[in-house]
Amino acid sequence: MKILTGNDLKSGAVTWWTGEGWSLHVNDAADVGEHFADVIAREEAARNVFAAYVIDGERTAEGVRPAHIKDRIRALGPTVRPDLTLKPADPEALNWVI
Amino acid sequence: MYKYDQYDHDMVQTRVEEFRDQVRRRLSGELTEDQFRPLRLQNGLYLQLHAYMLRVAVPYGTLSSTQMRLLGDIADKYDRGYGHFTTRQNIQYNWIKLEETPDLLAELAGVEMHAIQTSGNCIRNISSDQYAGAAADELIDPRPYAELLRQWSSFHPEFLTLPRKFKIAVIASETDRAAMKLHDIGIKMVRNAAGEIGAQFYVGGGMGRTPMIAPMIREFVPLDQLITYSEACLRVYNRYGRRDNKYKARIKILVHELGKEEYTRQVEEEFQHLLGQGIEPPLAELERIGQYFADPAFETGLSDDLDVSDPDFRLWVEHNTAPHKQAGYIIATVSLKPVGGIPGDATADQIRLMADIARDHSFDELRVTHAQNIVFPHIKKADLYAIWQQLEAAGIGTANLDTIGDIIACPGLDYCSLANARSIPIAQKLSERFVPKQEEIGELKLKISGCINACGHHHAGHIGILGVDRKGKENYQLLLGGSEGADTSLGTITGPGFDEDGIVDAVEKATEVYLNKREDGERFLDTYRRIGMAPFKEAIYG
Amino acid sequence: MSDVQFRFRDDEPVSDPAVTVDSFAEQTNAAAVRVEPGDDARALLPHLDRLRLIEVNFPAWTDGRGYSSARVLREAGFTGEIRAVGDVVIDMLGHLKRCGFDSFAPQKALSEADAQAAFDRWNNVYQATADGRQPIWAKRHG
Repeated sequence: MKILTGNDLKSGAVTWWTGEGWSLHVNDAADVGEHFADVIAREEAARNVFAAYVIDGERTAEGVRPAHIKDRIRALGPTVRPDLTLKPADPEALNWVI
Repeated sequence: MYKYDQYDHDMVQTRVEEFRDQVRRRLSGELTEDQFRPLRLQNGLYLQLHAYMLRVAVPYGTLSSTQMRLLGDIADKYDRGYGHFTTRQNIQYNWIKLEETPDLLAELAGVEMHAIQTSGNCIRNISSDQYAGAAADELIDPRPYAELLRQWSSFHPEFLTLPRKFKIAVIASETDRAAMKLHDIGIKMVRNAAGEIGAQFYVGGGMGRTPMIAPMIREFVPLDQLITYSEACLRVYNRYGRRDNKYKARIKILVHELGKEEYTRQVEEEFQHLLGQGIEPPLAELERIGQYFADPAFETGLSDDLDVSDPDFRLWVEHNTAPHKQAGYIIATVSLKPVGGIPGDATADQIRLMADIARDHSFDELRVTHAQNIVFPHIKKADLYAIWQQLEAAGIGTANLDTIGDIIACPGLDYCSLANARSIPIAQKLSERFVPKQEEIGELKLKISGCINACGHHHAGHIGILGVDRKGKENYQLLLGGSEGADTSLGTITGPGFDEDGIVDAVEKATEVYLNKREDGERFLDTYRRIGMAPFKEAIYG
Repeated sequence: MSDVQFRFRDDEPVSDPAVTVDSFAEQTNAAAVRVEPGDDARALLPHLDRLRLIEVNFPAWTDGRGYSSARVLREAGFTGEIRAVGDVVIDMLGHLKRCGFDSFAPQKALSEADAQAAFDRWNNVYQATADGRQPIWAKRHG
């Protein structure tokens, strides 16, 4: 699947396109197929996101898993500071990234 | 250390207001991201992997305790309770909000700090020797010259849109503690045959994709021509540096492609022209700045004795201290590399503790080193034990300076959007693996970069590690024989790369070869230089 | 051809078309020339007395060679109009003026209010450049 990711302009937080808006959680990411350029242009012009780009991902039992480790680290947080990630209490989170 | 006058305050505060207005215009949509990005970079604000990252300048690595304390408070107020000290003597915060940045910069301005030109295609923070003003072996304190250059380079209207970033280092001793020849311009203060102080210029060094050692292009620039000569070097670069390819845009490429002689000729020609333009500050300005760097009020007649009967304290003294020019004093380095920790990171509490120690025991002064550690430049030996106990209690009393435990590592793929591989977990694994061997191995400078941009300075490591992306997976290359000191050399790659466990084993094999083959007093680097790559390659790859 | 939006001169604007640096040497009646980023502004030095207008083009504002061109021309004694054309942006207006530009023809018209704020932004300057402003070091030492 193709998913869109970017950052929130004011806070810098990593966000994922749900099909309707931008979520902090990668599992909310929607498959945008091939038609994402319009979404990026519209959403950036409206300043709902910036630095948006499309990546490959796959549907898993838990939700959505980006294909590249860099985007998985973006989705979760730094692997060396679990306490600062989106899932500080999840012992499986690191395995999911790596 | 330098103190702002009304003009310096005015400049920094104006900059804050300029950036506040630029943020307003971005949030309202008047500025697109493409237009805004270079502006926010020139205020040190990057978009990184998780959020905006702010790089605060620590000019030539020198901080007052008040400034250090605010850096700790900023970590709590605007970030997530910690900061990261970098290989260019700056500090970075990883979770900054754009809309809060103008207020953050305003708070910094209140203690004479800023994030001006810590990114972007402009002249960056000028680095220097972390023992400046304290070292027993320096010719003179290099920092007044660094301060003169800092003011000259700040908001210099001709040099804000250079082909690429520009990094300058200034030293004043034969021992190079600032990796001077690996900078775009490296300056060594020297004394000529007539006994005059002047500047020796090295231009065209750097790491990254194509590491190069800067050649000397001018043996002696008199003090009253320092700015004019620097301007000539920069103008030739601005006019003729490559702008067609981002990876060939540094001055090292220009110097390499023109050749040292031709680049020097062009600089000298521009210099002769600029001498007639009246752009040099009077020597009185250098003297004015120099007064801020006079020796603090050292006590005299102090004993040079130090009670090292506590074996843990003795180990820390052996590793982490250096001789001071004043009897009874000592230079102490706080290692920010606890075993298994994140190199260069410090919590807000640790930062404030260091600020307090500096205020009470180091004449209010600290230094950031390019090895991501913190220095107290002027400690009375009589106070040292109590200080070490406080550092130990706070988890920053590690006795490992310049050993294999003192790992330099860039933030890597855990934090940086440019990275190809994670560097911090490698540093942590190595740190833990080598605890039992650290003393036996002795001096070993191990440096890790998470990508070819080499922010971890891996080319200059006795052992260097470069993280790469190999078919979508993290892979690590091993280099041996680099050196950042006056005997500057660039590391050589051993062979094919390794996964994250393999690289730790490979480093261990390299150290075993060293331990087996070393002769009297040799460091790892010396043995490598004597026996060459072959024995290491054989041990690592079998 | 973009309009001059800001001009800091009292004399009459030159309306001659600007020729290229390469063709300027032969065109003895040309009074206006355009300098591109890759041109050597010093090629004009023998002809400065013929010139009334030098345009310096910024195809991208991030290509800063034009700043050196302008300073070089002022340092050589050129007192005619030096005009910034092309991708002239608000945030560089002050710096352009410091390098000796005295007129500005951005390819896209700029906000007058923001431009005025940019020109007026800096009360002080650290360096001596082509605009004659007294740098901080001169103020400090009289």
